[in-house]
Amino acid sequence: MISVKTSQKIAKTALWIAGFSTVAILILVIGYVLFEGLHVLSWDFLTENPRKMGSKGGIFPTIVATIYFTALTLLIATPIGVGAAIFLTEYTRDGKVTRLIRFGTEALAGIPSIVFGLFGFAFFVILLEPVTHGWSLISGALTGATMILPTLVRTSEEALKTVPVSYREGSLALGATKWQTIQKVVLPSALPGIITGVILSIGRVIGETAALMLTLGGSLRLPESVFDPARTMSMHLYLVAMEVGTKEATEKAFGTATVLIITIFIINSVANQILKRFIAKSS
Amino acid sequence: MDYKAKEKVYEKILLISAFISVITVVLIGGFIFTEGLPIIKKVGLIDFLLGKEWYPTKDVFGILPMIVGTFAVTFGALILGVPLGVATAIFLAEFAPPRVSKFVRPAVELLAGIPSVVYGLFGMVIVNELLMHIERTYLANILRPEYQRGYSVLSASIILAIMILPTVINISEDAIRSVPHEYKEASLALGATDWQTIYKVIIPAASSGIIAAVVLGMGRALGETMAVIMVAGNTVAIPDSIFAPVRTLTGNIAIEMGYAAGDHVKALFATGIVLFVIIMVLNTVASFLGKRGAGQS
Repeated sequence: MISVKTSQKIAKTALWIAGFSTVAILILVIGYVLFEGLHVLSWDFLTENPRKMGSKGGIFPTIVATIYFTALTLLIATPIGVGAAIFLTEYTRDGKVTRLIRFGTEALAGIPSIVFGLFGFAFFVILLEPVTHGWSLISGALTGATMILPTLVRTSEEALKTVPVSYREGSLALGATKWQTIQKVVLPSALPGIITGVILSIGRVIGETAALMLTLGGSLRLPESVFDPARTMSMHLYLVAMEVGTKEATEKAFGTATVLIITIFIINSVANQILKRFIAKSS
Repeated sequence: MDYKAKEKVYEKILLISAFISVITVVLIGGFIFTEGLPIIKKVGLIDFLLGKEWYPTKDVFGILPMIVGTFAVTFGALILGVPLGVATAIFLAEFAPPRVSKFVRPAVELLAGIPSVVYGLFGMVIVNELLMHIERTYLANILRPEYQRGYSVLSASIILAIMILPTVINISEDAIRSVPHEYKEASLALGATDWQTIYKVIIPAASSGIIAAVVLGMGRALGETMAVIMVAGNTVAIPDSIFAPVRTLTGNIAIEMGYAAGDHVKALFATGIVLFVIIMVLNTVASFLGKRGAGQS
């Protein structure tokens, strides 16, 4: 039988090791990818077209496609997500309607991305083909928008809840209508929080792959309109690493992975900065 | 339009936005069921779920190997990921000095933000190569040659374990932090040590939250697609060893959707139905546990 003191010591050491292992895993994954990928990065890699299915050349069209796809997805999802959050925080008390909406949002958050892909394929790519032109940026973005909706609703809701009730009461007491109060008082105060949520969902959009395999088309040509098929960086990484799979291709895949990691890192830092200022201001 | 009418219009627009999530869930269910159910009827539910053969070109659709594969990699991920995740959560909530947690927390956040294809690439090149080396050096006499390529249940479990860490850590930490301070203070006042307090008082009090964390982590592992395809080998066969290559339900859809036609497409949608149902059941369990946890504290 070990003494109480010894078991306390063992447990504490084990927990410290656990904490550090988590960090070590992160460093291992990121470190290895950067180690293999950083030397692939160059101006040419970022600005040239891929050749030989991506095993030579750069990733320019996939960067452009990623930006288009992300912007389009957010453009579709943000108004809906913020609107839903306003409705939930400002217009309803807990009741059947709220419960149903919350159930929907939670259920949506849990659905695997490949199932979103099947849905997007059946609905946007096949059924709405005359509108979306089948596999296209718009089909992918509509699918992506439904995927980030739960995150957007939740983060916007949290931001709206931090706005003090007294602000609303002050505005209403001055004779403003409910919508005026929301538009002129509540939304501006909650804006940094909402923006943080939007920025964080950029990360999810950029990393999404499975659903896009079934909806975006995967073409390496530079998309000229939202009705053109496209290939994002994440899709490109997968296709180059798995379907080409040569040594050269793997190297290019690591280059793409490095660009992705750096982008995600920047997004996280920006979101944290905004959030920090927001918290400092509101407390 | 007077302002009252305008207010009504805005409220309606907001109501519709709020209902889009609900509508989408219904549409997703609707589409995959209409596309997938006919083939399940044609093959027969039992034969579809318990059939061991999957030859889409010969109209033979049995997904048992993929169901077993999905649960094999998921449980592997939980066995590897949950102890580390919960321990990290306890560390962050109870022991980590602010200087250290300021370092660990962003790391967890970043871990959550890395795209799954990057994990897949890391798994392919590092984990699988390492496993292959071990298999060929130490286990060459025991394992069949197909089991010596690194692509396996084990490597998928390792990668998934890393991927579910953030979910498990964040939700467990919240659960541990929501245990009332009085519990801890009372235990310490009675002369219990930190560790006795943690495992006799705090963990039991946070248990439903921690279980919810595990269930959500499980959902994430079940639904992951890209990283698994890249490391698992994707052979359609019931895995009989942790070194066996394996195909999951998600992988089955993602790999074959690109070239499928006719009944094959329908069978992939039917695979989606099975996945959808499993996830829905799991989410219901998680939200039930979450509510119970919230009711307790």
